Amino acid sequence: MKILAFLIFGMFIGIVNGQAFLVDEKTFTHAGNQLRYDALMEELRCLVCQNQSLADSGAGLAQDLRKKVVAMIENGNSDQEIKDYMVQRYGEFILYRPRLNYATVMLWFGPFVLLLVAIGVIMRIVQSSQSNHTSQKVSSKNKLYDDGEHS
Amino acid sequence: MRQLIPFSIFIILIIFFAIGLTKDPRLIPSPLVGEPLPVRQLDELRTAETTLLTSNLIGSSFILNVWASWCAACLEEHHLLMELATQDAIPIVGLNYKDTRQDALKWLYKNGDPYLQTWFDPTGEFGMELGVYGVPETFFVDRTGTIRHKHIGPLDRINIAKAIDILNAEQNSSL
Repeated sequence: MKILAFLIFGMFIGIVNGQAFLVDEKTFTHAGNQLRYDALMEELRCLVCQNQSLADSGAGLAQDLRKKVVAMIENGNSDQEIKDYMVQRYGEFILYRPRLNYATVMLWFGPFVLLLVAIGVIMRIVQSSQSNHTSQKVSSKNKLYDDGEHS
Repeated sequence: MRQLIPFSIFIILIIFFAIGLTKDPRLIPSPLVGEPLPVRQLDELRTAETTLLTSNLIGSSFILNVWASWCAACLEEHHLLMELATQDAIPIVGLNYKDTRQDALKWLYKNGDPYLQTWFDPTGEFGMELGVYGVPETFFVDRTGTIRHKHIGPLDRINIAKAIDILNAEQNSSL
């Protein structure tokens, strides 16, 4: 029992350590740069472990990319330049917020189109069931709904 | 007619899901296909004092295989590269990625060396230029030094043949 408790405790220690090793970054001399760095880390995706941002990931490549971002910030590159650098090499996929372009139009507007279609369908269903009530006419088109009401 | 609408929506969804399920989310299309191979100066792995420009092979198409001694999947495809090397069909260049010279040389000694040149990239810097995110990755470069195709993961006979076809097709169309 004691051993089990020790192991569980060890796991928590392990998690704490796991978080700690990610903070391998050196501190920036310019305070604003740290903020920019933190923001970029959340915007860029780790390509090895795809559901993690660069900030979360312990993968070797993520480490390299973090170093690259640090180097580029210190070199005076803008956020846009850093993102462009990454996209040129790893593709749009590296951005958690993909940019709006030909390939990502569906991604950005697809859900809204679907929402509009759904609203349209619901409106039509509501309208047709209302007109059934008033007209009492059983057209073959609406037969299914009428059957439902009478049963 | 009306009853068919939900059914057809259902069928469309099923088709989308079916396509989605056959795709591997780990395969990210490379933006570098159609772009020139970046030109850098790299050490040759096997002869320490030799440096090579990555453009030194312009004029002939070649396969650029990214590998490392710590990469298990690289071993999986290695016999195919060895076989391809004996056929003399197309030069194979290795990019030794984030490795140590000692481990890499040992690995080549043990498993055979199919590479015409092996570029040494211990820091992974050139790998980053190429957008490498997991080894093995293989680039198919045409005579003009343009990347024509990228394969992620271990190669097999079928995708090697396909990629070489892509290279040949590009070459013929540009003649």
